[in-house]
Amino acid sequence: MSKDNKFMGFLKSFKWKKYINYIIIGGATIVLAILAATGVISDRSDRVLLEKIAISMILATSLSLVVGFLGELSLGHAGFMCVGAYLGGKIAALLAAPLGSGMLTLVISLVVGGLAAGLCGFIIGLPALRLKGDYLAITTLAFGEIVRTIFQNTSAESFGGAMGLPTPIFSDRKYFFVICFVMVLITLFVIQNLIRSKHGRAITAIRDNEIAAKATGINVTKYKLVGFIVAAVFAGFAGVLFSFTASSVQSSSFDYNYSIEMLVIVVLGGMGNINGSLIAAALITFLNTKLQTSLEGDMAVLKDLVYALVLIVIVVYSNSPKLKSFRDKYNLHNLFAKLSKNKHESDDTKRWDVVPTKIKMDALLSTDVVVNDPKPDKPDKAPKDSKEDK
Amino acid sequence: MDFLITFLNGLSLGGIYAMIALGYTMVYGIAKMLNFAHGDIIMVGGYTILVFLWINPIVAIIASVIFCMLMGIVIEKVAYKPLRGASPLAVLITAIGVSYLLQSIAQMAFGSAPKFVVIADLGTLKIGEIAIGYSTIITLACSAVIMVGLNLFVKFSKTGRAMIAVSEDKGAAQLMGINVNNIIMITFAIGSALAALASLFFLLKAPTMTPTFGALPGIKAFTAAVIGGIGSIPGAMVGGLLLGVIECFAQAVPAIAPYTDAIEFSILIIILLVKPTGLLGKKRREKV
Repeated sequence: MSKDNKFMGFLKSFKWKKYINYIIIGGATIVLAILAATGVISDRSDRVLLEKIAISMILATSLSLVVGFLGELSLGHAGFMCVGAYLGGKIAALLAAPLGSGMLTLVISLVVGGLAAGLCGFIIGLPALRLKGDYLAITTLAFGEIVRTIFQNTSAESFGGAMGLPTPIFSDRKYFFVICFVMVLITLFVIQNLIRSKHGRAITAIRDNEIAAKATGINVTKYKLVGFIVAAVFAGFAGVLFSFTASSVQSSSFDYNYSIEMLVIVVLGGMGNINGSLIAAALITFLNTKLQTSLEGDMAVLKDLVYALVLIVIVVYSNSPKLKSFRDKYNLHNLFAKLSKNKHESDDTKRWDVVPTKIKMDALLSTDVVVNDPKPDKPDKAPKDSKEDK
Repeated sequence: MDFLITFLNGLSLGGIYAMIALGYTMVYGIAKMLNFAHGDIIMVGGYTILVFLWINPIVAIIASVIFCMLMGIVIEKVAYKPLRGASPLAVLITAIGVSYLLQSIAQMAFGSAPKFVVIADLGTLKIGEIAIGYSTIITLACSAVIMVGLNLFVKFSKTGRAMIAVSEDKGAAQLMGINVNNIIMITFAIGSALAALASLFFLLKAPTMTPTFGALPGIKAFTAAVIGGIGSIPGAMVGGLLLGVIECFAQAVPAIAPYTDAIEFSILIIILLVKPTGLLGKKRREKV
């Protein structure tokens, strides 16, 4: 009886919203693993698709940390992935003889690729301390292109050069996508917990107002570097996984268009919303791959055309200041609220996945701020929120 | 002698980069946005020349300039104007969308295979040991004229001064009776016209055109604009010329030729580390 109550209590106090993304991805991973074991997913193209989805989920989550939470525009994310893919792939190929091509080799190459990419993240994080906005964006873009050019011109023995690095072999290739999804879970776990921690609050504070953050005693240097390094490490992991799945590691696959594709995913998913990034990553990768394989010849261009049009329409629709009143009237949030008649007041402070939005500096300065309150207060909403804050 | 030839080639390439960079920098200065689709306007210009080349090269060039101007204005009105006041990132993503759109339209219309666009065979000028293509000389002369002309236009004409005013303070400019929307439109038109001319000079150098032709020169010119300090017109010229000369010299040395792009981008990073707003960029004070 008491045990039962405890369990019910646990169920009640369990914050479903907080963990919903782990549950969904974890569940999907288990289901997919079972399907693979029973032989339902045996088609190579299906597996490759799943691997691609997992890799772009990792990339989108890590880029989301830099763009959505740290607020720095990065156009060189593919560069970190490139470093991870080449170094991880090379290490895996070297270790294949002494260690075999199983989990151990994969883990070691992941560590090496991730660390190398993290080092690059540190290097690119240094100019980020001095540069702002668009200047930083072009620097990251330049970094990505530099890395790519260097790997492209390596000798054939070292990193394959123009021919590309041959893919390392993984013994259980059939289950590789399960490993990719486990990596997604790990990425999500680390980045989400980082964002929800004190350090994550510091990172978002820097995004919202760097000067104010500095004034409150946040070590801007440290947190900017942390943001870049963590994002780079996970991009490196994605690169290592990519090196195992691609038919060969070609430097041309890491050009700035790939970085831009990732940025598009993050922006479409919603800035500073990891779940949105994950969904967008899965959807866009799925559509891209499916359309690429089903449309042939001249029709393949049609895909790009539709993609471009959809991109423009979505961004203009969801960002245009003139359409704001229209958006407020007709949006999914309201629709769901109407359908499920119990009207929840939208409460941003309770939604963990959305870190408190931008604070207006003037408003902040004109009101008394409780110093020890960890929650940044929102003066324009204060009366409504106050009764719900417990 | 080789040194001189490489230097002149570099200057002419730099002139083209500077022309494109001017488009980037003017749009950035006035509309505060990175126009990622600017590189693809070069490609549009190239294909327009191809379409009208059967009439007459001169007609083709004029048609290309006019078409690109219209294109620039239409893009601004349809894609960027609704987003005025929205976050810069949203505008950037839209620009990327426009870039994809232009590329895919070009691919549908002309196919992805390279098209040869031979405008004119100009031959080479020989003075003693020096042999320079006439195209290089024409490019140098034209880009010099364009740069001087643009500088004079911006400094002394009424529209040009209105442009400076808008880039400094949009609100104040509006209060002074400047039609900001018109100024932004004119800026896009001028930038696109310069991109069309750039495509002409590229075609004189190497007569091939592909749907993705504009991507790399676009990025290089953007780099040039940032090296010079984005938003600054003389900066774009300096950055463009510098980048062109560096590119030609790097390509002249066989050992480092494959790393040309890497060298150019490294120079960008080094310059930004020393001067975070580029060579001639203004330092902006941040107010709290």
